[in-house]
Amino acid sequence: MSDKKIPNPKTYKFDTLSLHAGYQPHKNAGSRQVPIYQTTSYLFDDVDHAAALFNLERGGHIYSRISNPTVGVLEERVASLEGGTAALATSSGMSAIFLTVMTLCEAGDHLVVSSQLYGGTVNLFRLTLPKFGIKCTFVKPRDTEGFKKAIQKNTKGIFGELVGNPGNEIMNMPEIAKIAHDAGIPLMIDATYQTPYLCKPFEHGADIVVHSLTKWMAGHGSSMAGILVEGGNFDWMQNDKFPTMTKPYEGYHGLSFAEEFGPTAFTMKARAEGMRDFGPCLSPQNAWNVLQGIETLSVRMKKHCSNADEMVKYLSNHESVAWVSHPNVPDHPDHELAKKLLPNGRGSMIAFGIKGGKDAGVAFINNVKLASHLANVGDTRTLVIHPASGTHSQMDEATLKFAGLSHDMIRLSVGIEDIDDIKNDFEIGFRAARKPRLVSNQ
Amino acid sequence: MKFEVNGNEVFASTGGRPFDKNKPLIIFVHGSGLTHMTWVLQTRYFAFHGYSVLAVDMPGHGLSSGKSLKSIEDMADWINDVIDAVGYKEASLVGHSQGCLVTVECTSRYPDKIKTLSLMGGAGAIPMNPELLELAENNDPKAVDLMMDWAHGPAGHFGGHPVPGLYHINTGGMLAKSRTIKETLGVDFRACDNYKNGFEAAKKIKIPTLSILATDDKMCPVKEGKKLADLIDGSKVDIIDNCGHMMLLEEADRVLKVLKKFITTNYPPLNT
Repeated sequence: MSDKKIPNPKTYKFDTLSLHAGYQPHKNAGSRQVPIYQTTSYLFDDVDHAAALFNLERGGHIYSRISNPTVGVLEERVASLEGGTAALATSSGMSAIFLTVMTLCEAGDHLVVSSQLYGGTVNLFRLTLPKFGIKCTFVKPRDTEGFKKAIQKNTKGIFGELVGNPGNEIMNMPEIAKIAHDAGIPLMIDATYQTPYLCKPFEHGADIVVHSLTKWMAGHGSSMAGILVEGGNFDWMQNDKFPTMTKPYEGYHGLSFAEEFGPTAFTMKARAEGMRDFGPCLSPQNAWNVLQGIETLSVRMKKHCSNADEMVKYLSNHESVAWVSHPNVPDHPDHELAKKLLPNGRGSMIAFGIKGGKDAGVAFINNVKLASHLANVGDTRTLVIHPASGTHSQMDEATLKFAGLSHDMIRLSVGIEDIDDIKNDFEIGFRAARKPRLVSNQ
Repeated sequence: MKFEVNGNEVFASTGGRPFDKNKPLIIFVHGSGLTHMTWVLQTRYFAFHGYSVLAVDMPGHGLSSGKSLKSIEDMADWINDVIDAVGYKEASLVGHSQGCLVTVECTSRYPDKIKTLSLMGGAGAIPMNPELLELAENNDPKAVDLMMDWAHGPAGHFGGHPVPGLYHINTGGMLAKSRTIKETLGVDFRACDNYKNGFEAAKKIKIPTLSILATDDKMCPVKEGKKLADLIDGSKVDIIDNCGHMMLLEEADRVLKVLKKFITTNYPPLNT
């Protein structure tokens, strides 16, 4: 092959796309910054134009519940960064997951789901989706063969977090993708923890990616947002499992989304049907806020990861710490898999066990000053929480155990502060944890 | 819809409306390695406005069965076979890139059947870069990546797709990778490279013809498109600025506006 003679493609690369993708200033009065289109609705040129937009004959905006120009820039930007064909932004990460499931499934369908998920996601799959007639079988993320065994005739997809929350167990995405594809169903990955800077799940076989943009993608912790992204490679017409994608849809004059839109069919359906009927739209202000964060995504992720690496070393050698879970720890069961799937860094989520159990954990959380105790991750600031009493507190003992949680576990989202300041703050927490009663009486 | 041509199943999008033989027919012919989906922002409009539309997947492409046709001449005859297969005596043709070579050749061969001709990003000849051709024939995905790079203008590289949320460079790339690259893009590129009859075919065309060209088209530059248009009697040319070869996606609305005016004037719809 004569690679020497022909140049490589000059399509823009990650850092450039982070700043520019999805936006053309000359179409927006030359405004260098993406404008915030704070409007509910858009003028039609005439009745023919209106009909064309409603019939999906032309691209454009009708009503901001369905689409909005500012939100559209965010959608294209994330699609470009993920290597996807299309994206649909939502009001939160949870609504992105819900919309994904409702676009894929009908009553009577079944999903195979990783057991190690954010607590809210667990409750969606365990308690809420059954109310819509959609049942789920949970499988531990490392049990690759278990995903295969759990697939039933009515299974419509596999869902999981690439790196489980909060135990840092990693799904073997390439193998699980093969299992899904052999069964003719898509693999859906929540890649919130990784962002496309650390991992592009489409390159490892995923078909749909969801994010809570609230987290690392935005980084600033100011705005709720979510997104679903389509890889464009899944063949919805390969079997008869997805009639709502392949058969004429009454809601749009007998449109078959798969026939008409191919690699963007899932997103088109999620928007045309899901946003129309459920309406979890993202506000243009929040879309703009998230865009500001994405502009510095790679810069921030490098610092998040380097700080996390330092914290793993610090915690691993600390007398008050019983165990540390992070894919960078050499004896982490998924260490080698992590190096393969996450070559740019293993992320900034660390789980560790504090000696002294639950009481010590509570004392630690109550005494750190710099680290913020709150129910979020992926902020530029360092965050801590005790999952058993916080994010996962609605779970019973058995569910906690199945989700890989223990009472001594602290979940740490490492920020981008000076690493010495984070360590100094933790020393205060650990000192208090060693004397929980004394501290709590002060 | 699906139908049979020469023993092979053919898929064609009807633009989201039932195929109605009472309406005038427009056939859309895609470019190298691509599929009917590239036309979605044009076909649906015409299907909803008094036309029967067929955005065909060429043999071996998209959802059509069979093997890719190896010459532009064979493709031109195949388009004629499509018209026969769906029971029409005439049609209007719209082509993009390689589809322009096919529709020009088809129009010259079947002058009584073709009523209007619309060419987007067309030229009388499309000689291929030898290295690009070699990559495609060797099934190398780099061929698709290079094609998507060169096919989009500077503005198109930033995105800004007319349909909210769609990122067209990746969408186009996925379309071109949807079947085996060497069996679609590789065969198509070779067919384009081998085709030498474009200018002679153009001289024979006597029907209303429109060429839509784009200022930033690196694959079929404006001067090449004009050279072809100059050979066709009464041919109209419309140039879209700040746009590349994938004009039907990059500037879908502007393309539709020009196409709509041309086709409805020269090949009126059935009033609905």
